[in-house]
Amino acid sequence: MDNNNNNGGTTPTTTTTTTTTSTTTTKRVAKLCELCKVQRPVLKRPKTGQMICKECFYQIFEDEIHNTIISNNLFQRGDRVAIGASGGKDSTVLAEIMTTLNKRHDYGLDLFLLSIDEGITGYRDDSLETVKRNQQQYQIPLKILSYKELYNWTMDEIVAEIGLKNNCTFCGVFRRQALDRGAVLLGANKIVTGHNADDIAETVLMNLLRGDIPRLQRCINIVTGSEGALPRSKPFKYTYQKEIVMYAYFKKLDYFTTECIYAPNAYRGHARDFLKDLEAVRPSIIIDIIQSAENFHFRDEIKMPVQRNCNLCGYICSNEICMACDFLKNLNSGKAKYALNSNSLKNYNKSSNNNNDNGTTIPDTTPTNISAIGFDHPLQQQQQQQQQSSSTTSNS
Amino acid sequence: MKVKIEMTGGLEILFKNQKNHTYEFKDRDTMPLRELVVWMRDTQIQERPELFVEDSTVRPGILVLINDADWELDGGIEYIVEDGDTLSFISTLHGG
Ligand code: SF4
Ligand SMILES: [Zn+2]
Ligand SMILES: [Zn+2]
Repeated sequence: MDNNNNNGGTTPTTTTTTTTTSTTTTKRVAKLCELCKVQRPVLKRPKTGQMICKECFYQIFEDEIHNTIISNNLFQRGDRVAIGASGGKDSTVLAEIMTTLNKRHDYGLDLFLLSIDEGITGYRDDSLETVKRNQQQYQIPLKILSYKELYNWTMDEIVAEIGLKNNCTFCGVFRRQALDRGAVLLGANKIVTGHNADDIAETVLMNLLRGDIPRLQRCINIVTGSEGALPRSKPFKYTYQKEIVMYAYFKKLDYFTTECIYAPNAYRGHARDFLKDLEAVRPSIIIDIIQSAENFHFRDEIKMPVQRNCNLCGYICSNEICMACDFLKNLNSGKAKYALNSNSLKNYNKSSNNNNDNGTTIPDTTPTNISAIGFDHPLQQQQQQQQQSSSTTSNS
Repeated sequence: MKVKIEMTGGLEILFKNQKNHTYEFKDRDTMPLRELVVWMRDTQIQERPELFVEDSTVRPGILVLINDADWELDGGIEYIVEDGDTLSFISTLHGG
């Protein structure tokens, strides 16, 4: 830090032009937070371009989410709300924000953390440790519900059975139902998930590209699920991924970043990359896409399918038996490998009227969503490397 | 010049699975950030360098902080790195 003046003329800094050539020049000395006009800015907001300091960032970040909650009437006093918690950045920040706002604004909510254990050795067991630490920190009850308990299959076993081809389709269908069932076990009447503006813009794009009008219509809703299924909401609908990550970084929140070891074999989610490239040029693009989609008008003929209950498990769905039970039937009869090539998967992937997700078009992790409709996972190669690295560190 | 680098959010696995790195350039007082990240890509990553650098800038979706502040406040990839700077690279592309 001390002797960087002798290079004087050769290194003009980019925006602040002339800082004096005394010892230890600080480059950002000329800039002040655009909100408080006192502190040094630490962040340029993607939504507005404003340069703001850490304290103002916390304030505006939390206030905006509070406003989203209030203006969309997401909760009522006395609600029991299950926070879908994966240990990843979005749900970790969501747990932090929900506890903060519940206290600060006296929402009167009972909060719970709800984690689904898919049974993936070296991945989910590690991320669940993160969730357990979150539980300590926020002092709210945690429920972990496993695929094994619910379906008598772990993802490890499913992958051993069907290989690495359609595993994410199974996993996504199972998880959606598992979250609902876990919430019911907790006595919760609502679920919140950490889907953020980037996730939603990406889903809008994908549904648009696929011509999936019913999903396009539904994916923009801040609350999904009705008539028998628990309402699910997305308090981060208007919150940028960048700000969520910055918030977690500045607050030193503890989150888990490893990808699933069974994530599919291609390295990019095209829609996500496309979106990130666009965002680099024009950061407001994410909110712009959401706003555009909110203003689409759909013709009335596009009807939601009729809701009914699964003959086998009673879960809300639009067919005789729900997709999870259908998959299970195939798994248990040893036909899963073949069946996936025929009916179940085709129906699942093609039919927009598949309603096992209770109208939720964004599943509980982006990977599921992406793979279920034929896009590939981002950073797959990294995942393979992680597979190696996590196997060296995961035997605790 | 000496710079400290911090890799988080899942990026550390590209960099020998280590979070913290220090690079020293004995013959340099400053270095354009663009040059530094290209150098990092070419010398510090074993596999999949395109996950870090794309079109000679940091791949979109990776956040960069210069001395604990958003790099966009300092000209982004055009920033000139100086002795003693700390750069943090945070992937937003991992996990959810
Ligand atoms: S990548 Fe996600 S959806 Fe696919 S198997 Fe792993 S946890 Fe399940
Ligand atoms: Zn401020
Ligand atoms: Zn069923």
